[in-house]
Amino acid sequence: MSTGIGARVKRKEDKRFITGKGKYTDDIRGDNQAYAAFVRSPHAHARVKGIDIAAAAAMDGVIAVLDGKQLTGDGIGNIICGWAVSSKDGSPMNMGAWSALATDRVRYVGDAVAVVIAESPAEARLAAEAVEVDYEILPANAHADRALSKSAPQLHDNAPGNLIYDWEIGDGAATDKALAGAAHVTEMALTNNRLSPNAMEPRSAVAIYDASDEHYTLYTTSQNPHVARLVLSAFYQVAPENKLRVIAPDVGGGFGSKIFIYPEEITCLWASMKTNRSVKWTADRSEAFITDAHGRDHHTTAKMGFDKDGRIVGLKVDTIANLGAYMSLFSSSVPTYLYATLLSGQYNIANIHCNVRAVYTNTVPIDAYRGAGRPEACFVVERMMETAAREMGRDPAELRRLNFVQAFPHQTPVIMAYDAGDFDANLDQAMAAADVAGFAARRKEAASRGKLRGLGYSSYIEACGIAPSAAVGSLGAGVGLWESAEVRVNPVGTIEVLTGSHSHGQGHETTFAQIVAERFGIGLDAVSIVHGDTDKVQFGMGTYGSRSGAVGMSAIVKAMDKVEAKVRKIAAHVLEASEADIVIEGGQVKVAGTDKAMGWHEVGLTAYMAHNLPPDMEPGLKESAFYDPANFTFPAGTYICEVEVDPDTGETEIVQFTASDDFGTIINPMIVEGQVHGGIAQGIGQAMLEQVVYSDDGQLLTGSYMDYAMPRASDLPFFSVHNAATVCPNNPLGIKGCGEAGAIGSPPAVINAITDAIGNNNLAMPATPQAVWNAIQAAK
Amino acid sequence: MTKVTMIVNGKAVSREVPDETLLSDFLREKLRLTGTHVGCDTSQCGACVVHVNGRAVKSCSTLAVALEGAEVTTIEGLSNGELHPMQTAFNEHHGLQCGFCTPGMIMTSVDMVARYKSEGRKLTAEAIRTELEGNICRCTGYHNIVRAVEDAAGKM
Repeated sequence: MSTGIGARVKRKEDKRFITGKGKYTDDIRGDNQAYAAFVRSPHAHARVKGIDIAAAAAMDGVIAVLDGKQLTGDGIGNIICGWAVSSKDGSPMNMGAWSALATDRVRYVGDAVAVVIAESPAEARLAAEAVEVDYEILPANAHADRALSKSAPQLHDNAPGNLIYDWEIGDGAATDKALAGAAHVTEMALTNNRLSPNAMEPRSAVAIYDASDEHYTLYTTSQNPHVARLVLSAFYQVAPENKLRVIAPDVGGGFGSKIFIYPEEITCLWASMKTNRSVKWTADRSEAFITDAHGRDHHTTAKMGFDKDGRIVGLKVDTIANLGAYMSLFSSSVPTYLYATLLSGQYNIANIHCNVRAVYTNTVPIDAYRGAGRPEACFVVERMMETAAREMGRDPAELRRLNFVQAFPHQTPVIMAYDAGDFDANLDQAMAAADVAGFAARRKEAASRGKLRGLGYSSYIEACGIAPSAAVGSLGAGVGLWESAEVRVNPVGTIEVLTGSHSHGQGHETTFAQIVAERFGIGLDAVSIVHGDTDKVQFGMGTYGSRSGAVGMSAIVKAMDKVEAKVRKIAAHVLEASEADIVIEGGQVKVAGTDKAMGWHEVGLTAYMAHNLPPDMEPGLKESAFYDPANFTFPAGTYICEVEVDPDTGETEIVQFTASDDFGTIINPMIVEGQVHGGIAQGIGQAMLEQVVYSDDGQLLTGSYMDYAMPRASDLPFFSVHNAATVCPNNPLGIKGCGEAGAIGSPPAVINAITDAIGNNNLAMPATPQAVWNAIQAAK
Repeated sequence: MTKVTMIVNGKAVSREVPDETLLSDFLREKLRLTGTHVGCDTSQCGACVVHVNGRAVKSCSTLAVALEGAEVTTIEGLSNGELHPMQTAFNEHHGLQCGFCTPGMIMTSVDMVARYKSEGRKLTAEAIRTELEGNICRCTGYHNIVRAVEDAAGKM
């Protein structure tokens, strides 16, 4: 059986997970282990007038009680947002100061003010409760749409009116003109609900300071350990990079929330140095809800204009984006360059304008969550398309088809240049698989049982493979977004691949090995993938934005190209042939058309023995590469959701969910389908179940799994997942990426289906039974 | 502090522990059996499920000292050399991604299949979904987990 590109290889990493041998951060115990517990603000907004640690410091097992004044006094820098977005008047974004431990003011429930280090987790927690913080409570606001009002409390002195930036993209005047001349304009107010990422493994950090050489080691739940090291070193001044090792071992899901560098990791590193102890902190779920960056929370009005034939003439969008109390690492980019640049969807739209105001509120910081900006864009475009079709009396599939981009490359008016796709093929495949032709009969049959049946489409596009460094640099990114890889062929022919990508569920140990094993004709077991350790891997930007295939694997291919070039030279020399005649296949390096050959392992041995190498060749067989993508990649597809609603209760059942995706080349269909399943589940969660709720004064009301509705098995159907691909022309394997599509494409499909069933377009997410029932009543 | 003795994965173990010690902490911190995970603090997520006297139990909601003489099986003790059919099925059907919820999923599913078999009830996909109410997975959308349990049910 083939194990190469396209093979459904079972995952190599599973064995340790199914036997309980996975090694997650909380499973690691440092020498001389102590435990941290944080003292957190119970108020959404307050001045810190004093901290009395006396009682806590005297308690059993307490090693130290440390606060923000000590932290900043030791020169630990503020947490920063690494992507500079300027307002349309050219002024820079208003980034408020964020210390890992607050010194004078707290701005959300959960903001840390002090930390207790103790001999056991229980002792640390008890003592943390005994720390007396004198708060002067200030007025608070949790809602984005209220943040800009004159009466709203001000969070940061350098952000008047709580405005972080007032940004725009596209030609406003031309768009207004196009809308003014439109035969039909669809106008909607759309909210993209606030979500909590909820990776099942809570965040955790084990910080180990070695005083003998002033060296720090941090085990942590990170999607990008090198980025963590860079930021911890360059911006927070915890330690120089050569004195800081960051290890992200097995990580139990991320979905974006483990990209960012949080106060807790910084504090544990610093506290480890202060106490000369290993310091461990592991969030419980309640703590995760008030510290892990949340996602989305967009409030949008949009107008889409059509000519008399149904062609889109313009799209105008105005969005208020909540970024919470402070600017998290990539927060600024999510409602701008990851959002407004995708507002063209799969369509030819000559005129687009989008204005985004990002605001502070007294809530947990908001940053990238699975899809990051692109689900918000897709929701706007696809809700508008479906609604417009209904208003104009057109078939929603045919309205989409009429407006699809047909020729590539296609330059949109909002930066992106789509490189490849066949949107008709995905729509056709989804419609056939979903048996759209039979829907009318199914609807009739459902009606006979008293049920309302509806069908909704979503034709999504996203920009992945993040990202060409020069392009994102010109847009304000503080880092390059290339990837690196090293391919080490050992003297016995086995191979280690060191990658800057990080796997926290994606199965890289299998898929990355597949492309290497196939390339050199060796067994999958002869290839090991190493990731997640800054002492082992030269560098890496990590895993997010569906980039590990398109960018991470491309770096591996580039390194393999160099290995192959050297292998050819060695074999040509040993076999006394021309390099051009050397072929690598079936574990052998051969001279084409002859019986002259070397075993793959003999090449490795020759390279390391160095007894018989071509003149001037260095010994060894190890190559590295940095790969910077030429363009974003553009996964796209069509999702069709079919629901049945009980009009008496508003209860909605998804009876069929069909996906047709174009991910470019697929290395392992089993794993790709799994990514789609999980993404759709999160999208259905957003559409029907999940909602972070704050009270008006900033208390989190959904702070546990008793209150926040996570999708359970019984909430979801089996998914019908299909693939109709075009190859991405911009990377060596033709990969587009698959990690986020499900979460991007599914919410509008679900809401479009429910609104079709109930005959009321005005339905917000999450479409709970109560919300659906109310919408049914409103339509009566 | 109370001394508690139980049989964990077939071996008798005794430890002196504070009375408030949860079984999950006892397993993870005292015995260093870290395959049992803790993913929430409200007994909802099920990452901590182990078997106590043959029944699936959330170890985060069970006091260790209450289990004097009990037989406890964790994910580490589910198989002896050969993988359990449920473990094999999770691999075969790609029923796991990040792996964090997996030990609890497998322990719950083994108990589920055994219960249905002993009661002579048919374990449908719908029943599997209902039975997994107390186990949350954020990665897989449950699709492949349900397929894995269906498959393993036929082999157990």
